[in-house]
Amino acid sequence: MRKNSTKLIILSVIALICMLLFAFYDIKGGFGYAFPKRLERLFAMVITGTAIAYATVAFQTVTHNRLLTPSVMGIDSMYNIVQTIIYFALGSSSIFVVSRYLNFGVSIVAMVLFAVILYRFLFRADKYPIFLLLLAGMIIGTLLGSLVTFMQVIIDPVEYESLQARLFASFMNVKTELLFISAGIVTLAFLYGTRILHKLDVMSLGREHAINLGINYDKMVLRILILSSILIAVSTALVGPITFLGLIVSNLAYQYFATYKHSVLIVGASLISIIALVGGQFLVLHVFNLTTTISVIINFIGGLYFIYLLLKESRKTA
Amino acid sequence: MIELKGLSKSFGKKTVVEDVTLKIHAGAITSFIGPNGAGKSTLLSMVSRLLDADTGEVLLDQSDVKKMKSDAFSKRVAILKQANHLNVRLTVRELVSFGRYPYSKGRLNEEDHKFVDKALAYLNLTDMQDKFLDELSGGQKQRAFISMVIAQDTEYILLDEPLNNLDMKHSVQIMKILRKLVDELGKTVVIVLHDINFASVYSDRIVALKDGRLVKDGPTNEIINSESLREVYDMHIPVQVQDGCRICVYFNSNN
Repeated sequence: MRKNSTKLIILSVIALICMLLFAFYDIKGGFGYAFPKRLERLFAMVITGTAIAYATVAFQTVTHNRLLTPSVMGIDSMYNIVQTIIYFALGSSSIFVVSRYLNFGVSIVAMVLFAVILYRFLFRADKYPIFLLLLAGMIIGTLLGSLVTFMQVIIDPVEYESLQARLFASFMNVKTELLFISAGIVTLAFLYGTRILHKLDVMSLGREHAINLGINYDKMVLRILILSSILIAVSTALVGPITFLGLIVSNLAYQYFATYKHSVLIVGASLISIIALVGGQFLVLHVFNLTTTISVIINFIGGLYFIYLLLKESRKTA
Repeated sequence: MIELKGLSKSFGKKTVVEDVTLKIHAGAITSFIGPNGAGKSTLLSMVSRLLDADTGEVLLDQSDVKKMKSDAFSKRVAILKQANHLNVRLTVRELVSFGRYPYSKGRLNEEDHKFVDKALAYLNLTDMQDKFLDELSGGQKQRAFISMVIAQDTEYILLDEPLNNLDMKHSVQIMKILRKLVDELGKTVVIVLHDINFASVYSDRIVALKDGRLVKDGPTNEIINSESLREVYDMHIPVQVQDGCRICVYFNSNN
């Protein structure tokens, strides 16, 4: 156990160094102008990083599968489809595009509603096993994705350009005015989230053991899936979809900490997540000179890591 | 006392348990026996609320199990199913500590640690408590899981084929431990068994199921005889008495 606390301290130090570097390295122009901007971005990255880390680890515990993430349920595609429908039906000058709050609210409500409806319809305790739920999520996600592509093909090219900017994760144009409301929602979610950490530990033993130990299993699964959806929805609405981040950080945390304790796993995954985002963004800014975006880097590395995990998994079962 | 009243369960069109009513006597070992697919495990799952019954109810000291709080129930009734594959990597001690969860909610106090120590000692696991479960043999693993259920310290312990994958020596060991739990600590054990001789030698009462229906329910002596067993298994099972134990010698039966 002590070893794991040392590991957490090491990660915290690295995360702190990344954050300091990001905040102070090579500040040009007026300090008074650049510094607050950097702080805002930093803040956004910390919120997004921890939200994605918690959502992914909790989701994977409930589904008993370390290769699935909430985006598999189609929550990311729900964001894409909401934005595309708005552009398609109302155009880029509509109030739903111009007013960031309205856009944010609509996106989050749509994503969480989508998740809840999906679970309500599919989630009937002993009737459907959880893999069916996920399979359905994947199919619906693909369907939504095709719809998005369809609308994007027939949309006005200028509108498409502006839509595209929304659908790529970027910390350079964080919607800063949404920062505080996002922070509020994420904090509330975490207040509940930290109280159920020990339940997550028990639930990782599986349904039967968890029920035996007094967990109201099916109800908790639903709650945790909704909690994950909210966290993913907020982070997606704030910076756009970063599909592979959750997968990388959760699996790195499992590998690095080798424990069942969610208090350690989730804090660890959050720190790794912050390091990946802040460190990555630092590289994008100062090494790649903005020739690429962080989501491209993360999806590239994440994709490779995903293939590695798949290969490892198939070797284990072979 | 646990009472089952008119319990039924079907999966799709197949009725697995049909209108089972019985009482589980406290302070005794009750064995559920019967051919494959008789509904023994399903019945046990319904008693322990792993499965919801289609109709009927389960009463624990006269109160409906469904209306009880989950964590209150988990301090009184423990269940262990047959398949015990875990997705997480745990040491024996960590697993057994989970048995204290209904009391500790994850923060073990001194008393919890004492219970864990005792449960480990009960199953001779003290020496290997820091080993990981995936390093253990099938029998040792099974004992670790039973130890977790014992740490849970419930009045009722329900076990679904705990002797699966165990050799003779370990099977006897486990059955003796269950006997001790009942005789020394006053627990009530309900167990699904395939080996009818273990049921005969160690249990106080026997419940026999066939095609989802209750066919026999009574003290072991009244049920372990060729006549009753023919009703359950549709075959001739000679019973011989050896050292005061009724042993079924069915190995070369010609129906």
